Amino acid sequence: MASEELPSQFDVVILGTGLTESVIAAACSRVGQSVLHLDRRTYYAGNWASFTFNGLLSWIEDYKNQEEVNTTESEQAWSSLMEEGEDVLPLRSVDSSISNIVVYCYASEEEENEEEAQPSATSSEAVSEETNEASTEAQDMAITDGSTETVKTQNTEDEVSEPIEEQHDISDSSQSQEENEQQPIGSPADPPVEVKKKITYQTLLNEGRRFNIDLVSKLMYSRGALVDLLIKSNVSRYAEFKNISRILTCRNEKVEQVPCSRADVFASKQLTVVEKRMLMKFLTFCLDFEQHPEEYQDHSEKPFREFLKIKKLTENLQDFVLHSIAIVTQETLTEEGLKATQHFLRCLGRYGNTPFLFPLYGLGEIPQCFCRMCAVFGGIYCLRHSVQCLVVDKASDKVKAVIDTRGQRISCSYFVVEDSYIRDEQRRSTAHGQISRAVLITDRSVLTSESDQQISLVTVPPLDSSSPAVRMVELCSSSMTCMPGTYLVHLNCSSSNSAQEDLAPVVSRLFHVPSVPGEEPSEDPEESIKPSVLWVMYFNMRDTSDLDNSSYSLPSNVHVCTGPDSNLGSDYSIKLAESVFHQLLPDEEFCPPAPNPEDIIYDGEGPQAEGAGFDQTNNTEADQNQAEEESAAVETDSSDPAEKIDGVAQETPLESAQTPLSEE
Amino acid sequence: RKRLPPRVSVWYYWSMGITYTMFHGRVKVKSTAQQEEEKRKEREKKLKVFVSARDAVLKKRSAGENDEEALQLTQQLLSSNPDFATLWNYRREILMHLETLGEKEDVQKLFETELNFIEACLKVNHKSYGSWHHRTWVTARMPRPDWTRELSLCDRCLSLDERNFHCWDYRRMVVKASGVSVEQELQFTDRLIGSNFSNYSSWHYRSTLLPQLHPQSASDSAPNASSSPTASPQTYSHRVCEEQLLKEYELVHNAFFTDPNDQSSWFYYRWLLGRAEREEMISCVYVSREGETVAVAFSKPDHALSVGLMLVLDGQPLQVDWRSAHPRFRHSPVWLCDLPAGCISDINNEHSLTIHWTEKHTHRDCALYAGSVESWCRDTATDQELFRSELSVEKTSVLQAELQSCNQLLELEPQNKWCLLTIILLMRALDPLGHEKETLAHFQTLKEVDPMRSSYYSDLCSKFLIENTILKMEYAEVRVFSLSNKNLTTLCHLDQLLLVTHINLSSNQLVRLPPQFAMLRCLEVLEADDNAIENLEGMYNLPKLEEISLKNNHIFLNAFLEICKLSDLEVLASCPKLTRLDLRGNPVSEITDVQFQLPQLLPMVVSLSL
Repeated sequence: MASEELPSQFDVVILGTGLTESVIAAACSRVGQSVLHLDRRTYYAGNWASFTFNGLLSWIEDYKNQEEVNTTESEQAWSSLMEEGEDVLPLRSVDSSISNIVVYCYASEEEENEEEAQPSATSSEAVSEETNEASTEAQDMAITDGSTETVKTQNTEDEVSEPIEEQHDISDSSQSQEENEQQPIGSPADPPVEVKKKITYQTLLNEGRRFNIDLVSKLMYSRGALVDLLIKSNVSRYAEFKNISRILTCRNEKVEQVPCSRADVFASKQLTVVEKRMLMKFLTFCLDFEQHPEEYQDHSEKPFREFLKIKKLTENLQDFVLHSIAIVTQETLTEEGLKATQHFLRCLGRYGNTPFLFPLYGLGEIPQCFCRMCAVFGGIYCLRHSVQCLVVDKASDKVKAVIDTRGQRISCSYFVVEDSYIRDEQRRSTAHGQISRAVLITDRSVLTSESDQQISLVTVPPLDSSSPAVRMVELCSSSMTCMPGTYLVHLNCSSSNSAQEDLAPVVSRLFHVPSVPGEEPSEDPEESIKPSVLWVMYFNMRDTSDLDNSSYSLPSNVHVCTGPDSNLGSDYSIKLAESVFHQLLPDEEFCPPAPNPEDIIYDGEGPQAEGAGFDQTNNTEADQNQAEEESAAVETDSSDPAEKIDGVAQETPLESAQTPLSEE
Repeated sequence: RKRLPPRVSVWYYWSMGITYTMFHGRVKVKSTAQQEEEKRKEREKKLKVFVSARDAVLKKRSAGENDEEALQLTQQLLSSNPDFATLWNYRREILMHLETLGEKEDVQKLFETELNFIEACLKVNHKSYGSWHHRTWVTARMPRPDWTRELSLCDRCLSLDERNFHCWDYRRMVVKASGVSVEQELQFTDRLIGSNFSNYSSWHYRSTLLPQLHPQSASDSAPNASSSPTASPQTYSHRVCEEQLLKEYELVHNAFFTDPNDQSSWFYYRWLLGRAEREEMISCVYVSREGETVAVAFSKPDHALSVGLMLVLDGQPLQVDWRSAHPRFRHSPVWLCDLPAGCISDINNEHSLTIHWTEKHTHRDCALYAGSVESWCRDTATDQELFRSELSVEKTSVLQAELQSCNQLLELEPQNKWCLLTIILLMRALDPLGHEKETLAHFQTLKEVDPMRSSYYSDLCSKFLIENTILKMEYAEVRVFSLSNKNLTTLCHLDQLLLVTHINLSSNQLVRLPPQFAMLRCLEVLEADDNAIENLEGMYNLPKLEEISLKNNHIFLNAFLEICKLSDLEVLASCPKLTRLDLRGNPVSEITDVQFQLPQLLPMVVSLSL
């Protein structure tokens, strides 16, 4: 760790490296603001992060072992940094936005591994025991909370943020760490994976680096706010994308393709010709429904579902449109449903036959791309580095400075912070939603086709009216998120219960869940065509997207970024970033295109001191990270960023520009 | 070398990447003018290099230097401008020279490099005539061309632009040269149609493949062919067997139900429904004692002088001069000749007449009995054969099913012109008279939904009405043709009216009596009141015409010149028997002195109404 201090003055200090914060950082840095971007975690992107398999296992561990820093001790230290007329506003040091983590492993353990004595997957039978309530949480409150709301707050806390339940046998994770150490990073020992070879837990660990497991499950609408921003700002040159190749749905226990483009409708075998006509007619109407108000205005206050019935779509078609094209709920009103359908249709064909893109190496790449943009324009980055408290000027009720976790006072004009750093005392309401998530590693696709390299969006309509519609994204290995021979499946819905309660029924409907690890699918043909689950993790993520400024009592120059929402697109987070940026800098353009390197006038030789905080920042980063990255960077460097940006800007299919980095 | 799937590391980029120099917290960027200036200079420099290289190459060519260096130079030039045909020619000269120098292996290698180079040029311009042509030349010359590679190149080009006709052409060549099976090609069209069914190139390609792969069995086509053993075998060879046809109908239904406004699928559908070719034959021979003329009608317009017609009267071949009904026609369905004077004039004699069509080995006899002034011989006209040529020879049941499908679509898309038109054609193929009312209603809708083409629909509708009237007339076995007040805009099938004596075309929208009118060899009375006729060209040399009524027409209102030319009526003088002419309500009657001039022009007319 470097002993050097950070500069003591910044225009903007940003805490948290999730998508919204990273976009704000890039936008501020781009227009010349000095930016300090911090994250208490060891990795980028916060709840938007992607992990390798082993990385995810350690993340689970670490998440469980978080400890709240005792603030009373530090308060002493703070007071020495305070001036007259200043107040201290402490921040929260643990992250409680994830809860109900449950892990089951179904991959067989039989591996010629000697240290593997006891079967470690006892977890599959384990039931989430009601473990002791969040002790750290309770303590924290007891110490700092003197407000009247204590009891009430604590109750809600108890309900929503249970401690992390580590269902996984300890031996697994310890072993995984051993594996990590044993494996020489530069020289991968990856034997060609035969598809037919049974994948054991050991294989998953050995090949763990091939996984990039996202915490959030989202896709990019090809005409959505995120893609537009990536193109507009030239940030797209830092990443590569793949088309979602098909959209599936699950009806009557059967997975089938949703006809959404003209070519799909034409080729569909499930629809009668009359249905084809009805569907095309309806979709054509949706494309410019505003031009025909007479068609829908009488129904605009009614649910979209009703409207579909009135439009004489058959039940088949109603399901397709509602769940897989508009991707809205039963309650959504007609106008919103029409807009969603229109958006879907407008996104079709920009890059491919579906409206969606997915970034290679996982969604966690995207916040990092914006961070890079910020850094290129002089932003300073420190991970594992947080802010303990804010220094508030009593008179103006504005943040003057922050005190970081090393006790340095850094003054700033604006402070942007992710929601999970905010203490409950600063909240006016603690009500928020939850997202239920499941991550599965499976052995084959839910719908096999000619190509085994398909990225599919699967919509699962609710089983009954009370249960939520589940959205599933199945990623293949060419998306660089899982090892060859496996599929990475993300399930996502708005929570009504814990993630496991919400999603396990869907998992057992679509997948074969072995009762014993490594068990072969039964003879039952129904069951044997289903993919087998090798590993599954359930968890809940807090959805704070309904909160706004009025939900917090904070100084006026503090801006809170709420976490990922449960929608499929990222429009919410991008719009939020833009609106925060405009509050900070009302007269500046939001993310104008970065200039081409050849158009930049260089003054004198090399970067100037103020522009290059890189030596410093590099030092603040852990050395071990550095080594790891250097090994990885050799491959990534080969792809020409200019080519990628052209690909996006000219709206040619991105696929052609892709250079799979895996094998050559 | 195996690679680890790396997590893209932003830190690496940052430490290695460019950092921007900051001025007052801003990146300083060149102004637009500066950028423009730089670009201009850049272009100038490029041009200079290009021109000097070009001059060097042309000099080498005129010096006849076919060496590696020239190959290099042309390569540089062509990679920036692949449309420079002279350079491609020079390259071919060089290659042909180098070919003679090396071993077979070297030549193969030489051409392989050439193909790689052309591929690079195609990336610059994938519609470059020069590059594609050169590629064809190279693959044809290569010792061992790799056709698989060529096919995949075509696939790639077509995926970029599925209507790239250069690539389609080249692909056809490759397929032919490499002997790709028809099945594979059919699958290829399946794939293309699946990805975009609006691409008519793929549908059309399909229509050329299907008859090869699933030809119609001989027995299927027999009923049509049997009537004439001389029917050429090509007539039905483009048909497809019924089983496959049903699959094709299903495919095309999917296309036009998905997008009924897409014309590709409708065109293909029309092809599937087929088009019956009318057999070439002599459909009618007419002989008249009066004037001693013979008229011959063919099923298709032809040139009598070139097809070798021979007339045999009472066993004696006669040398006659054939002429078409109107001097304007070189091809015509009706041909006339005068018999030598006196040879059939005696009404008490019986004669037998045979017309031989030597080229088609067919003939038709006609007997002229004593006591009759005229005679004719023709097939009894059956509706099926007469006008079905527009649409299929398919079985009625298939057509019936197709009509049902189209009607189903029409219910959903009452305004769709393609569907309406197809329904009309199907109805005509099935039962033209039975569906007449519906057909007319559909025509009305068509004109409303597609006003741009309303005249086309009117003409088509006129045609169908005339066909129906002819059929009715045939059934009634009369020689009177009456079609008044039906909004006719055009006249057609006049060759079928060879024997008609009375025609009533009043209250329509006709603007002219076309030259084909001269085929009405038996016409005695013409009524065409209340039209917009301004041209009487077809009233030419009608031997039996006695009476014409043309009240309330536009004779002769020449809208263009605004001059009424009386001399245009002169054509009527060619009808020897014309005695009654009614021209009331025409502009012509307003010409001064018309009462005096017209009788001079038409002295035989005794009853002239103006």
